[in-house]
Amino acid sequence: MDLRFLDEAPTAVEREAVDSVLGPPESGWDGGARQDVDLRYARGGHTARDRRDLLMPALHAVNDRVGWISRPALDHICRRLTVPPAEAYAVASFYAMFSLRKRPRRVVHLCTDIACAAAGSSGLRDRLAERLGPPGGHDGDTTWHESPCLGMCERAPAALALEAGAPARYAVAAPAAPGDLDALAGDASPGSAAPVSANGHGAPSPTTFGADPLPGAAPEPAPSAAVPDAGSPGHVLLRRVGTVDPLSLDDYRAAGGYAALRRALRLGPAGVIREVSDSGLVGRGGAAFPTGRKWQATAQQPDGPHYLVCNADESEPGTFKDRVLMEGDPFSVIEAMTIAGYAVGARLGFLYIRGEYPRALRHLENAVALARERGLLGPDVLGSGFAFDIEIRRGAGAYICGEETAIFGSIEGYRGEPRTKPPFPVEKGLFGKPTAVNNVETLVNVLPIMLMGGPAYAAVGTGGSTGPKLFCLSGGVRRPGLYELPFGATLRDLIEAAGGMPEGRTVQAVLLGGAAGAFVRGDELDIPLTFEGARAAGTTLGSGVVLVLDDTADLVATLVRVAAFFRDESCGQCVPCRVGTVRQEESLLRISAGADAAAEVPLLREVGRAMKDASICGLGQTAWNAVESAIDRLDLFGGPDRAASDDIQQSTAAGDRAATEEAR
Amino acid sequence: MTVPVLLAPPRRLIDATIDGEQVRVPEGTTVLEACAERGTEIPTLCHGDTLTPRNACRVCVVEVEGARTLAPACSRKLEPGMSVATDSERVRHSRKLVLELLGSSVDLSTTPKVAEWMERYEAEPDRFGPRAEAAALGVRDARRSGEHEPGDGSVAATVEQPAKIDNDLYVRDYSKCIMCYKCVDACGDQWQNTFAIGVAGRGFDARISTEHDVTLPDSACVYCGNCIEVCPTGALSFGTEFDMRQAGTWDEDKQTETTTICTYCGVGCNVTLHVQDNEIVKVTSPHDNPVTHGNLCIKGRFGFQHVQRRGGDGKGSGAGGGGS
Repeated sequence: MDLRFLDEAPTAVEREAVDSVLGPPESGWDGGARQDVDLRYARGGHTARDRRDLLMPALHAVNDRVGWISRPALDHICRRLTVPPAEAYAVASFYAMFSLRKRPRRVVHLCTDIACAAAGSSGLRDRLAERLGPPGGHDGDTTWHESPCLGMCERAPAALALEAGAPARYAVAAPAAPGDLDALAGDASPGSAAPVSANGHGAPSPTTFGADPLPGAAPEPAPSAAVPDAGSPGHVLLRRVGTVDPLSLDDYRAAGGYAALRRALRLGPAGVIREVSDSGLVGRGGAAFPTGRKWQATAQQPDGPHYLVCNADESEPGTFKDRVLMEGDPFSVIEAMTIAGYAVGARLGFLYIRGEYPRALRHLENAVALARERGLLGPDVLGSGFAFDIEIRRGAGAYICGEETAIFGSIEGYRGEPRTKPPFPVEKGLFGKPTAVNNVETLVNVLPIMLMGGPAYAAVGTGGSTGPKLFCLSGGVRRPGLYELPFGATLRDLIEAAGGMPEGRTVQAVLLGGAAGAFVRGDELDIPLTFEGARAAGTTLGSGVVLVLDDTADLVATLVRVAAFFRDESCGQCVPCRVGTVRQEESLLRISAGADAAAEVPLLREVGRAMKDASICGLGQTAWNAVESAIDRLDLFGGPDRAASDDIQQSTAAGDRAATEEAR
Repeated sequence: MTVPVLLAPPRRLIDATIDGEQVRVPEGTTVLEACAERGTEIPTLCHGDTLTPRNACRVCVVEVEGARTLAPACSRKLEPGMSVATDSERVRHSRKLVLELLGSSVDLSTTPKVAEWMERYEAEPDRFGPRAEAAALGVRDARRSGEHEPGDGSVAATVEQPAKIDNDLYVRDYSKCIMCYKCVDACGDQWQNTFAIGVAGRGFDARISTEHDVTLPDSACVYCGNCIEVCPTGALSFGTEFDMRQAGTWDEDKQTETTTICTYCGVGCNVTLHVQDNEIVKVTSPHDNPVTHGNLCIKGRFGFQHVQRRGGDGKGSGAGGGGS
């Protein structure tokens, strides 16, 4: 291809940021200074183009250093990677956290999603608007945006400040008191965007974000603060959270780390898959597909290489379980990925983490670096001859990238648009090769399976839902947080474990499974929290979100927020979702402004049904779940058309954003 | 005795059911192809006969027995034993809604056949409320992904904005764009390999754009017009057609189509000249041409002025258009 570039040169800082990811350019052909010798040969073809998957890391590098991606910087990245500028622009503009217009170095992301809205984020929004002007301002030292769920629901309302520089830094305020927010909204610290070294090539930093928080901001509480009963002897998945130093590999090994990998290497790949199949483990990301079957299907593909992808793009509103695991016990994720890679025959695994998790990213980057240093990753894992390594890739503010095929596009350097299935990822996944995609919690479950054996693991929980499960409790309960319980507890048990409701408050509704999940009523707390129990009750566990709305919560406003979320997060590829989510939000806005719900509900139903039936992926297919359950289950709008609904309503139990649709 | 020359290995025949009738088709046949074979019309918008299916518009969905969701006929391949319904209640509902959602947000006035489909599926695009005012030029292109102005639901959001006219040859009227991705694919690795445009932004604010929304003359565009060739809605059109439509003089009933061979080089591309009132008003290219598959270059597509120089004043008498 014959690419056309601008005539503007990037700044030294932009150049250095790009080089920190891609290394210095080789010649004038890929963005270096032009030498005479460059005129005597041409560079192109696949060798020039096959680094496309570094597009996102390069965009991040500039955004992290400068705060935004200028035209010359984007152009320079395109030259370095032989990517057409129009395509790079298409990719960069897809993500909410990249800015293609000049903006201040510090950006405050204020969560206004369901849990944070219930905890009073609107007051904070007014305060930020007063201090910094309307969201997205391009002047001054600091700007701000309203954000979808930041995954800190246990301490709502939450805000996250990211400041570009060398290194980039961050600070969190959660629960954000007005004073904390003022500290985040302070002026960006001076001067740190200058080049690190005189020649423009600094030493690569092992972690993307610096260890020190932004000046003035309170230090973030330890990851274990999200687990109210941290250290409980009953914990399996969370047993190390709060008891080991998440940055220390020695601590991890002293606490039983890497025993599971040793056992896996003794079992052999087929043995590992057998144990996982026997355990009855199913995916914890929301779709509940049997993990053993997925691994078996990937392992047996003749095409190669095989890949493993760990889906850590946890963005379902109300979900924070993977964040706690990655922040509190990062080596367990690395060990589990190594076992999974061994089982499916992959030599390379990608861990795709959402951009809003700077601390989890730092802990994982540290864990990968230490594991490599000690030979736990690399050409000869634990002296077994098995070669495996992990690359961490970071999202940039796009819920859709947690969809199991959109994540491939994002890793490969394209827009995060879901692909049509079939073919399924086990056949044609990342880079078109057989790929196993597993959620963080799913993978971490593999460690106890290796240690106790599949059948013993299967004895935990119920017949249809085996093992321990993490539940993300947020909203009106006394002690919101992450709870680990064996499958089988009821919703009431869980709410009681979280201290019940505060004096005088009652449960109005519970949102199970997040925005893509469904509401149940306050008088339905006997629903067992198992896959089969939720299904029988016509609802879904999804990713384990239990968001409790008390009697003071404004349910219509909550629905409007859910609808706005799906409108914002739709990738825009297919018509039912792209326009349907807009029409759904408009209709709910009319209702909240006082329009006759009896006229709007049939319209909502028709749009919802088309989204569910005809959308490409799980996002569109579940974008109407919460609204539907509010109409039919909570009877929110008085239900004049209930009779008509019965034949239309085929099933509410979808709730699967990262929808593994093998079971079509 | 002649022996047939096999251009591809023979394909296994498979049996499936479409609308209750047995069909036997070669393996790999899509539902859409099988339906075309037996004369069942399925509406399509984003499907291109020369492009890989994107299955983005979802107007072609069909019901596959046992599947949780509907499937796009344009890309779903028939499998042995598969049972497909092309006109079930579920199918009709989704097609109707897709047409309504598009009709309420996009200007479909120049999309062929859409009025007929709207009638067939009883679509009423107006029921989502009055249309929002068109955005000023550049507003949609400046939107940030992941946020929007919520409004109050009193008007139905649309993608409408003024047409982009930044060159003499063709016009981009994105009020008519349904985001079928065909222009991007034709410009990119499927045909032209120019990569002048991509899909920028996200969700309802997704749009076709050059890098940083620069004008076409500042972009990589080579004016081959292959994007116009594949555009299903008239969002991309010849400057001549756009001007004549504005002036109210565009009349396809008065046009003739003559397919001939481009005179510029030795490739010998077929060009189809659309002539109204003895003036060339548009050039297309037959998609079934085995060499070019409907693709042309700037000369074949736009360099037709010399044909209509009729001497005398020394000027071309074409109705607009360009070239030199």
